[in-house]
Amino acid sequence: MTDKITAKDINEQDKTLLADLQDALANCMKCGNCMEVCPVYKEVGKEAAVARGKLSLMEGVLKGAIPLSAAFDTAMSKCVSCKACTAKCPCGVPADELILRGRQAAVKARGLHPIKKKVFALLKNRQLFDFSLRMAGIFGPLNFKKLPGKMASLARFPMPGMDYKRVTAPFASTPLRNQYPEVIKVDKPKMRVGFFTGCTINYMYTDVGQSVLNVLKENNIEVTMPSLQHCCGTPVYMSGDVDSAKILAKHNIEVFDEYNFDYIVSACGSCTEAFRIEFPHLFHDEPRMKEMTERLAKKTYEISEFLIDVVKIDKSKLGPVNTTVTLHDPCHMARGIKVTKQPREVLKSIPGLKFVEMKQPDRCCGSGGSFSLGNYELSRKINDKKIADIASTNADLVATSCGTCRMHLMDGLHQNKLDKNALHVIQLLDQSYQAGHKK
Amino acid sequence: MEKHHINALKEIVGEENVLTSAEDLYCYSYDATPGHSHMPDAVVSPANTMETSQILKLANDNCIPVYTRGSGTNLSAGCVPTKGGIVLLMTRLNKILEVDLENLVAVAEPGVIVADLNKEIATLGLIYPPDPGTVATATLGGTVAENAGGLRGLKYGVSKHYIMGLEVVLANGDIMNTGGKNVKDVSGYDMTKLFTGSEGTLCVITKIITKLVPAPEAKKAMMAIFKDLDNAGKAVSAIIAAKIIPATLEIMDNATIRTVEDYAKVGLPLDAQAVLLIEVDGNPIVVEKEAEKVMEALKANHADFVQIAKDDAERDKLWAARRAALPALAKLRPTTYVEDATVPRNKVPDFLRAVSSIAKANNVTIGTFGHAGDGNMHPTIVCDIRQPEEMKRVYKAMDEMFSAAIELGGTLSGEHGIGLGKLPWMEQQHGPVTMNAMKSIKRALDPNLILNPGKLVGEC
Ligand SMILES: Cc1cc2nc3c(=O)[nH]c(=O)nc-3n(C[C@H](O)[C@H](O)[C@H](O)COP(=O)(O)OP(=O)(O)OC[C@H]3O[C@@H](n4cnc5c(N)ncnc54)[C@H](O)[C@@H]3O)c2cc1C
Ligand code: SF4
Ligand code: SF4
Ligand code: SF4
Repeated sequence: MTDKITAKDINEQDKTLLADLQDALANCMKCGNCMEVCPVYKEVGKEAAVARGKLSLMEGVLKGAIPLSAAFDTAMSKCVSCKACTAKCPCGVPADELILRGRQAAVKARGLHPIKKKVFALLKNRQLFDFSLRMAGIFGPLNFKKLPGKMASLARFPMPGMDYKRVTAPFASTPLRNQYPEVIKVDKPKMRVGFFTGCTINYMYTDVGQSVLNVLKENNIEVTMPSLQHCCGTPVYMSGDVDSAKILAKHNIEVFDEYNFDYIVSACGSCTEAFRIEFPHLFHDEPRMKEMTERLAKKTYEISEFLIDVVKIDKSKLGPVNTTVTLHDPCHMARGIKVTKQPREVLKSIPGLKFVEMKQPDRCCGSGGSFSLGNYELSRKINDKKIADIASTNADLVATSCGTCRMHLMDGLHQNKLDKNALHVIQLLDQSYQAGHKK
Repeated sequence: MEKHHINALKEIVGEENVLTSAEDLYCYSYDATPGHSHMPDAVVSPANTMETSQILKLANDNCIPVYTRGSGTNLSAGCVPTKGGIVLLMTRLNKILEVDLENLVAVAEPGVIVADLNKEIATLGLIYPPDPGTVATATLGGTVAENAGGLRGLKYGVSKHYIMGLEVVLANGDIMNTGGKNVKDVSGYDMTKLFTGSEGTLCVITKIITKLVPAPEAKKAMMAIFKDLDNAGKAVSAIIAAKIIPATLEIMDNATIRTVEDYAKVGLPLDAQAVLLIEVDGNPIVVEKEAEKVMEALKANHADFVQIAKDDAERDKLWAARRAALPALAKLRPTTYVEDATVPRNKVPDFLRAVSSIAKANNVTIGTFGHAGDGNMHPTIVCDIRQPEEMKRVYKAMDEMFSAAIELGGTLSGEHGIGLGKLPWMEQQHGPVTMNAMKSIKRALDPNLILNPGKLVGEC
């Protein structure tokens, strides 16, 4: 493929993609504050890795000083979208979003990373996607060696796009939504919620889904898992493939709007962020969709946030879970939907549980959604820092609120030969309710 | 630069430590200074002093310009490779080599981030005081080369007060040591001080011996709001006259106050002409006494409102306003110039008045905040560098501002350095004799004029 695509060529195809970025980019005063917090820059050590460098590269392309080259793509892809730069920036430059725009431009110019292209093509076809991941669940045990006692397995054969040694979650033999009826009824429910499972929980971490259902049941809440829901599209969006992301988003919005739930819950920071922030953003210029997404956005909650802020759980029903726990804040929880207090409150309300804070609980774990697919080595290095932080707390296990984080933490714990587990916050709460029954 | 030069550089530092792609070069064409950008021919990052020496020898023999770079956060275009050539990236030399508790010194490589040095020594109850706004990102080498200061400048001074010795590589590749661990050292010309603040024009710093000081045991912060600028000025003088040297004594002018209030809603009155933020530190008993005296001085000079922080949370609240100053101003417009003109501290009100009338006359937005205690002001101009008509007015305002500072007996820079940004006014401040002497030093140490050519003393 040619290396000489210029901003002009792109703008001829799509007049708005890069051009309206100019003002946003001009706001970066190049102070370099983002260097302090960028996990990718900390590992790579080159200006092209930090937000300041990436934004400059975009500026350079717009000015015509440098071409929209393969090296430009590579620079844009080296970002875990952790939002740390944006949170730090004194000028309020939304660097993480602008970098996504840079990726979009790159995708327009030369297409997606071949592995991602395959995965995303699959994602767009819901039935095929469901079928393949279920097959993976059924035949999974052939492909993966299960690690004893944990929701983790080691790929025995190299999978496309997966590092050979990498620990992933096993695909469930029966996806969550096939284990339950669509509506899970309780006597005289105090409210009706829709559960957006997200793909990770439906196909891999069904244990988290089960805990969510148990906990909601404990609180006398009727749960529906709409059978036609599909992946939220975040990984697709993050890779710069906006058109596909919109297809997925629209599908989910229409599905959930049909039911008229009191609330929508999800057990993943990114899924919640998708419903709450990204969807309205994607459809900001389509009045009908905009109205619908905003309506849904208002009633969407992350599970810990929901239990603490809306349900206000009765803590007297909780039984002891005697263990020491530390917490990793997923980027999209900490800086996306800004939910950090509630998961801590959940953990701290569990009797017997000792909570210890790690030094930098909200530093990115390196997973970055599909970032780790294309940049596994780099994502491991970022993760090693996280694992060291976890190790220094001497906690028995690390809790978090995102499936991809949990998977990446599991992998990191295994690679660093630490015999600790990674669980979702809600699983510990579920354990506590169960212990409460035995009281 | 020619292909064989690039190859020779790769021989020295290894292939992966020489960047030449257009994208990488573009990423090293700028620093934090608005309006300056130029592509280098190569970005080279050495691993140690020997490699640095070999690079310089090669550059000197072939008259290739060398622009040394730390984190590139300087505000004087110090790292911009205006004539192409090599950007010499020092961030791989990032080890703290020694913390010597008996002599209270640290020895470190130039790529160490200043905040990391402080983290390392905090557990020992020590600090390295220079703390520019960028401490969490700036390198030790960059701060020494810029003679950086910071919020604690009034009591603790700037970088040069803490640098006891250096290892540097001269333009021709020779390695040279200056100073050492001796507290008293008057042997020969003070080369350590000459190189500290030399902004990459005389040498490349490869090792730094710093003085460490005991961390203050206690701190106390206070804030005062003034409706009358002169009263604020008198309060500053009264505090100093009471023989109290606060660690910090900060001021914000009315334009900054209004911007901060609009952005951070910290509760400042919009008609206030000045806010002073003062922090005393040291021994707990002394700190209490000094804080009382400061409060008296503030009240005696008709502060319209005073507040003292009872605990850390309140201290943080008081600091919030000052911390918001730059971000609030920077968000107003795309381009932000953080200037650094400094005047004798009794001239601070005069200077603030001058700046505000210069802003009005030229129709540009300038908010001034800064270190009232040491007279180091940061008039911050916000504008849009893409608007040529506006920029004409901005440059004119800058010109008048620096002239005003010099006329008040001030200096072009209290801590950010000269680089290219402030070069046009150097002669006005120093006169031809001094400029000539400075240029002679440059020519003596760097006869081929390869180190940051054209900066600080201009073309030689
Ligand atoms: C928002 C903001 C706030 C700031 N606040 C302050 C402040 O409060 N006080 C203050 O003093 N400064 C401040 N600065 C300016 C800047 O942070 C300092 O000048 C800092 O010291 C630069 O460090 P650096 O590592 O980024 O150096 P660079 O910018 O990389 O380099 C600075 C200069 O030093 C030279 N240099 C770098 N390394 C070496 C070396 N090893 N040997 C020889 N020469 C070298 C370079 O050639 C250049 O001329 C601020 C800047 C910004 C953007
Ligand atoms: S993105 Fe923000 S923090 Fe980073 S250099 Fe630009 S202005 Fe500074
Ligand atoms: S989003 Fe995270 S990884 Fe990406 S540039 Fe910002 S800080 Fe770095
Ligand atoms: S955010 Fe992740 S887990 Fe949630 S639905 Fe999207 S891809 Fe699946």
